[in-house]
Amino acid sequence: MSIPEKKEYHIHTDVCVIGGGHAGCEAALACSRLGFETVLFTMNTESIAMMPCNPHIGGSSKGHLVREIDALGGEMGRNIDKTFLQSRMLNRSKGPAVHSLRAQADKAEYSRSMRQVLEAQEHLTIRQAEVTELLTEQSGTDLTGSPAEAGSGVPTDSSPRKICGVRIHTGTVYDCRIAILCTGTYLNARCLVGESITETGPSGMQRSTHLSDSLTKLGIPLRRYKTGTPARMDGRSIDYSKMQIQEGDERVVPFSYSTDPETVQIEQVPCWLTYTNEETHAVIRANLDRSPIYAGIIEGTGPRYCPSIEDKVVKFADKTRHHVFIEPEGRYTNEVYVDGMSSSMPDDVQQRMYRTVPGLENCVIVKNAYAIEYDCINANLLKLSLETRDIDGLFCAGQFNGSSGYEEAAAQGLIAGINACNKLRGREPLVLRRSEAYIGVLIDDLVTRDNTEPYRMMTSRAEYRLLLRQDNADIRLRKYGYQCGLVSEEDYQKVLRKQAMIEEEVARLKKIYIGAAAETGRILEQLGTTPLKTACSLAELLCRPEIHYGDLLPLNPVRQQSSPLPAEVAEQVEIFIKYEGYIQRQRRQVEQFEKMESRRLPEDTDYLSMAGLRLEARQKLQKARPSSIGQASRLSGVTPADTAVLLIYLDKLHRKG
Amino acid sequence: MAWLYAARRITVKEHPMYREDTIAAISTAMSEAGIGIIRVSGPEAAEVGSAVFVRPADLREGRRTQIREWEPGSIRFGYITDRDGQVIDEVMLSWMKAPHSYTTLDTVEINTHGGLFVMERVLELVLKAGARLAEPGEFTKQAFLGGRIDLSRAEAVMDLIGAGSEYARRTSMAQLRGALSERIRKVREEILYETAYIESALDDPESYDLEGYPDRLGAILQRETADLEDLLAHAEDGRILQDGIRTVILGRPNAGKSSLLNLLAGEERAIVTEIPGTTRDVLRERIRLGELALLVSDTAGIRSTEDMIEEMGVRRAREAAGDADLLLWILDAAQPLSPEDRQIGALIRDRVKEGIRCIVLLNKQDLETRLREEDLTALEEIRDLSLPLLSFSARTGEGMQELEETIRRLFHADQSHGSNEVHLTAMRHREAVREALEALRLVQHSIEAGLSEDFYTIDLMTAYTALGKILGEAVEDDLVEEIFSRFCMGK
Repeated sequence: MSIPEKKEYHIHTDVCVIGGGHAGCEAALACSRLGFETVLFTMNTESIAMMPCNPHIGGSSKGHLVREIDALGGEMGRNIDKTFLQSRMLNRSKGPAVHSLRAQADKAEYSRSMRQVLEAQEHLTIRQAEVTELLTEQSGTDLTGSPAEAGSGVPTDSSPRKICGVRIHTGTVYDCRIAILCTGTYLNARCLVGESITETGPSGMQRSTHLSDSLTKLGIPLRRYKTGTPARMDGRSIDYSKMQIQEGDERVVPFSYSTDPETVQIEQVPCWLTYTNEETHAVIRANLDRSPIYAGIIEGTGPRYCPSIEDKVVKFADKTRHHVFIEPEGRYTNEVYVDGMSSSMPDDVQQRMYRTVPGLENCVIVKNAYAIEYDCINANLLKLSLETRDIDGLFCAGQFNGSSGYEEAAAQGLIAGINACNKLRGREPLVLRRSEAYIGVLIDDLVTRDNTEPYRMMTSRAEYRLLLRQDNADIRLRKYGYQCGLVSEEDYQKVLRKQAMIEEEVARLKKIYIGAAAETGRILEQLGTTPLKTACSLAELLCRPEIHYGDLLPLNPVRQQSSPLPAEVAEQVEIFIKYEGYIQRQRRQVEQFEKMESRRLPEDTDYLSMAGLRLEARQKLQKARPSSIGQASRLSGVTPADTAVLLIYLDKLHRKG
Repeated sequence: MAWLYAARRITVKEHPMYREDTIAAISTAMSEAGIGIIRVSGPEAAEVGSAVFVRPADLREGRRTQIREWEPGSIRFGYITDRDGQVIDEVMLSWMKAPHSYTTLDTVEINTHGGLFVMERVLELVLKAGARLAEPGEFTKQAFLGGRIDLSRAEAVMDLIGAGSEYARRTSMAQLRGALSERIRKVREEILYETAYIESALDDPESYDLEGYPDRLGAILQRETADLEDLLAHAEDGRILQDGIRTVILGRPNAGKSSLLNLLAGEERAIVTEIPGTTRDVLRERIRLGELALLVSDTAGIRSTEDMIEEMGVRRAREAAGDADLLLWILDAAQPLSPEDRQIGALIRDRVKEGIRCIVLLNKQDLETRLREEDLTALEEIRDLSLPLLSFSARTGEGMQELEETIRRLFHADQSHGSNEVHLTAMRHREAVREALEALRLVQHSIEAGLSEDFYTIDLMTAYTALGKILGEAVEDDLVEEIFSRFCMGK
């Protein structure tokens, strides 16, 4: 493709969002909802909010992310509530911290519905185009400054630069103050099915070829990651009688706090469970030399947590079978997704391999499993606001930052969008702490830690997960959504009322004592618990594992007379009282943690000349420019000794000031 | 202990993470002689001090001594008492108010008469009163952060830190014997494996099953806690063997207490010295038994009268026994069991349950035997304790060899050793093992309470981190603390 050099046509806007995937959609919605003129660029309008891999939203820890996105005023939760096929609350038998909502999506509907929301959004323009170049100018010059300088896109000196526009493949320039890169897996992508390599983005979409060069010229180093996806099959060719059915929950819980729970009690579509076997593994072993990964054709780094079936067979050689889930791709398509068997084997191996699985003996492949390689960045070059440290006004989100997963992408897109607006409005960026949200953990891990593979959220990454539950995301985060303007006054008041009711009820349950009367004893025996020997508070009673909040009603005359507590309030009361000891313990840990986080390091700190720091730490800190002592202490290569030096430095600053 | 926390308001704003803890340590080199200083520094120093220290006038009137009300810079005489009000030592206590102290924080210094045992005992009480054991060099660090040491000097010090961390790591490792660190590493790896297993199952509940898992983990934890307890016992044994085994000889009148003492302190084998600095009412004698050192209580009493138990009363005997590492219960084989013996038996049962070790000695004074070993093993009070039971003869000296061997065995004398250096570090290691044990017990508690697996991992990781501190593998502050030990400017 040739890029015209003259006769530029200029269009003015505030924000350019590059990419219309899950990150791009949230970023664009946030910016336009907050009143900024926003253009969303997509390679193809048909691929807006596309789900090119698994057909579900949520799951362990990812469900938490969706809830948090919703609490902050994002769209993902509402959109999946409108378009899901089946929903399950995972780990329901475990503690509340690891309950996780997962919904099977109707992929086409999900995409269509999101596109509808974008199209209806004021201040938002959708533009099908390939962005080929980011345009920058020297910081300090304003937008109307010298066009020659502004148009070059290549830094001519080492002075700080800022975004002033983006150029698309037609040569047209969109002048803007903010660009948000959400390019997913499209940059210089190539897809591999054995020896067959196509230069396409996900699901056969056109890839983006010029932007990588522009980024490199701007001094942004790129890395190469890979991921993979399994085959899609014609549902008619599958023998479900040989599989176990997996139904959804009887009572569906919506993702979004603003979805009426009654509207999600729909007729659900089942998933199916089957297993690989030794025969499957034998086919794979016999053809390993034809796998692009094992043959060394793939250069990118793949994730360990989502291994291809080849990886599973090689690395877990002692396992005689692996799970395979057959999941619907949509209500109006025959296509099904073969979860658990992603692969980059050649087509003939795929055909043979899948057919060894019970129920798939006569399977017909619609789309091959493939591996995809793409350009992305090491998010270490970002600030916690998701803005790049070196180019003012350039934000990055989603898979481009080295994450994986729709939910991780959407979460970053939302935060990048919010912080783009904060920047335009001259406000402080929204940085969620590790102690406040999974989103905080996600972004801190991406930006601060050294990651060498696509990053996926996990509950074990959250140190304070007992506090960061999916059931209290609104209580944790609504205020931030409200402060930045994405959550309405009404929704915010709702959460404040909820919080007050919870506190009131907890206090009340601790105050009401019931005696060991015979009548009480009978009630307790009916509830399957032992009668009281001495008087105890309702709160103490609720601590018994077999007792739930609802059970207390007959023992609770005041509550009988007043209006019943809303279910979501009762849930919070029960969780708080049952796990109070643990919750308080984590809160104390958080207090310790936050002390470190609140020790802010000035952005212009000169680490290279700081006496006492080891050389490695000087370089690392100079590069990373952490925002707090806490963040600095999490950088690899920064030892506790270095942290102590930083403390002394801050002390010195404090004295001078 | 609410009064202890009332002092929170004094916190210094500038360095909250380092300043809020009140820390304590023995700040003079440990030795058997001379004065030992226990320094307590931090916002609650005065309250911690008041919890263990009482002035004579206050003691008489049953009041608590309020150090915070003293004139800053004053030094007063008084007693260190334990929780039961038992006097441990006579001391001088000095009170320095922030910022006019070495550390720039509120500081209390307790000048004891020295003696390892007494110093450690006082330190233990101070820790129980709410102070945290200071890391090596931590006083200096407080001083540092408080601006006590000027900045140019501070920067010079910081230059040495990089080298210091490596030094600290090496010494920390060197002070651990290979076998010990190997055991800790094994427990730690096991914890990590189980945590990872649980987390995988929570992350991918459809592929990993936790059915019946709590039982499996319960069994593993039982083994691990036993292992750590054993380690702790060994560490404790190291300290006991080094300082001397605090020994109390019990028995009713004429059972043979003085004969035993004479045997132990026989001219050829015993070096008898008075321990300096102990309080008047509990006098101990250091008696050597082979390579072992016994600190025998109330030797004077035993020598002067055989009616000690009568005189002391069971209450006193109980107190003396509470302070011991080893109880030697001596019975006269010529006499049948009496109600007094059963009283002593009950006392011993209580102490043994607290972890104090006991040996029963059947003294065959002449040929007539009215008390046989079977009678003793059948004695209700001590039946389930499986105490070692030895025959000995005060007349012939028979059984002394076995006694020494039994003591060696009870205190793992053949496995433990210790120089002062190792000993110091061992105290920090013990703290870490205790922390890990505590965390693992919380997991056991969670399992018993029927909580789900995701609750286990929180405490499992706490244990993992705690044990990591011992191996120097945790990326935590403790490395820095070690480093600061190189700049011991704490006088």
